[in-house]
Amino acid sequence: MRFERREHRPLALVIATPLIAVVAALAIAGLLIAIAGAPVLEAYWRILKGAYGSRLSTTETLTRATPLILTGLAAAVAFRARLWNIGGEGQLYLGAITVAWASSHFIGNWPSALQIPMLLVLGALAGMVLLLVPLWLRLRFSVDEVVTTLLLNFVAVLFVSMLIDTVLKDPTAFGWPQSQSVADAAMLPKLLARSRLNFGLVIAIGLALILAFVQSRTVFGMQSRAAGLNPSGALFAGVPLGRTLVAVACLSGGLAGLAGAVEVMGVKGYVTTDLSPGYGYSGIVVAMLANLNPFGVVLAAIFTATMFVGADGMSRALGIPSYIADVIVALSLLTMLIAVFFTQYRIRR
Amino acid sequence: MSAIFDIIASAGLWAAVMRIATPLILGTLGALLSERSGVLNLGIEGIMTFGAMIGWLTVYHGGDLWTGFLAAAFAGALFGFLHAVLTVTLGLSQHVAGLGVTLFASSFSYYVFRLVVPVAGTPPTIKPFQPISISGISDLPFIGPAFFTQTSPTYLAIFLAFVLTYLIFRTPLGLAIRMTGENPHAAEAQGINPIVMRYGAVMAGSALMAMAGAFLTLSAFNSFFPTMVQGRGWICIALVVFASWRPERALLGALLFAFFDGFQLRLQTVLGGAVPYQLFLMIPYLLSIAALALMARRARVPQALMQPYRRGER
Repeated sequence: MRFERREHRPLALVIATPLIAVVAALAIAGLLIAIAGAPVLEAYWRILKGAYGSRLSTTETLTRATPLILTGLAAAVAFRARLWNIGGEGQLYLGAITVAWASSHFIGNWPSALQIPMLLVLGALAGMVLLLVPLWLRLRFSVDEVVTTLLLNFVAVLFVSMLIDTVLKDPTAFGWPQSQSVADAAMLPKLLARSRLNFGLVIAIGLALILAFVQSRTVFGMQSRAAGLNPSGALFAGVPLGRTLVAVACLSGGLAGLAGAVEVMGVKGYVTTDLSPGYGYSGIVVAMLANLNPFGVVLAAIFTATMFVGADGMSRALGIPSYIADVIVALSLLTMLIAVFFTQYRIRR
Repeated sequence: MSAIFDIIASAGLWAAVMRIATPLILGTLGALLSERSGVLNLGIEGIMTFGAMIGWLTVYHGGDLWTGFLAAAFAGALFGFLHAVLTVTLGLSQHVAGLGVTLFASSFSYYVFRLVVPVAGTPPTIKPFQPISISGISDLPFIGPAFFTQTSPTYLAIFLAFVLTYLIFRTPLGLAIRMTGENPHAAEAQGINPIVMRYGAVMAGSALMAMAGAFLTLSAFNSFFPTMVQGRGWICIALVVFASWRPERALLGALLFAFFDGFQLRLQTVLGGAVPYQLFLMIPYLLSIAALALMARRARVPQALMQPYRRGER
């Protein structure tokens, strides 16, 4: 069996790729559900119902999608320039703790109109700083950033754990390690009453739109893509490689930091070490499912959130472990990789 | 100061170092073997998790401890096969494919574990490997309790480091693996099949990774719980660079690393509440990053690492 490169990629195939990948992932996961002795179709029906069956669950799914859009964008922006930022999880936590710290200690008495933008900027800055370290190590010592960003995730979570155990500990939390809460004025406005859905979703979708424009219509977008496709070629064509990568890192780390800030200011109000159920890692899947396209990121994030929210209800009803959601999400990354391959190559006998 | 000396002079520290080093030795050897053939396997973290789970599960269901180890190695090889299909046959990005394997293998482990052991609360336990005492040597003062009261997988790991050194540098097979990692086109011209070499190295390497995970549940602890691998896989990837892709240095690197880890664990108890424990827990990860920065430029990277090989394509 050999593969040959396709002369051109049919547009219909490219658009259908994520759908094929998701269906394939659901089919394989269905096998696992069947082996566990549960009716497969009913399980998927219950996932859908769990995610969209009521007003509450629908808003909950969109609330869950919000940080995933941001971490998905963070990964997509970086991967496009072949900057392998796998540190979204750590950047998210650093953004979150920065917001909690700034609001509870320094600017909590500012009015909302000033405090919220300031906190969002600070959260993004924290994420940026955490990604600039691995980038510096790559540019200065040629250290692979995949491993360093992964390792920094553990450092960041431990750092947050230390802060909420000591200087930022909430004394009223009955001894639980939990950060002091942000001021009420720091909380993002709700989009719907009696739900957790908040303005963060608007920020996330707005940023996706802006990024889509930046990537397709600006010099920076072109340069970052060139830096990813062919670094030496880009350098030869006059792209300032180092500077472009720094800008990409700021954007990517900033988006992941913002995810943490939005999660604290929109939903939780404080930081614990289980603030994120792996949003940073799921963001990688979201970005790949979206083929690194910002609009696609929004859809892929909603798909991923659907699985996570829906699986809880399905799990209670059918006794299938809710980890099946993680399995489906991970499988769809693998099937997407394979599906994308076959849009570029065909089998020749 | 004397507290630090007391720690280093205690046999308990060195026994702990050997124990902490074992999964790192096995994991680093596995990653190293794979990378020598030109394939980076970031599936390591997930494969270790699956090895820990399946090894434990085998023993929990009545298998003996070595059967558990074998089951882990076999399952690891299967995940290695998956990674090889993605990166060798299809030639996909080794970074992304590896992360995909890690996400899949770890979530699949948790799924299977929860399916078989639904009760939450305290996780069920098994009877793990017991330290073996070698008559005569284990009774020696200091050296005995420090280095010769380990469980058998620890000795196996150290032995494997020497086996791999011999295999990679002293056998025709090792030469073929190294050639594939340096220049698969030249290897093919010599009558070596780079595809077969890479499949073999990735699968054998993944088996070692899974054994590293199995050590955690079958010897270091006696139960399985999610997130128990705690980034050890990523540390192994860093150790490969630190070891400059040489098994004997991987052994040294893992021991050095385990020394710092064991040392910080004991320092925690000495310094008590004066310093937050999280600072100590950060040390292994920060050390790995420092080791990478120190060695990345100096290390001799296999030249074809992360380059897919397709026949007839340059």
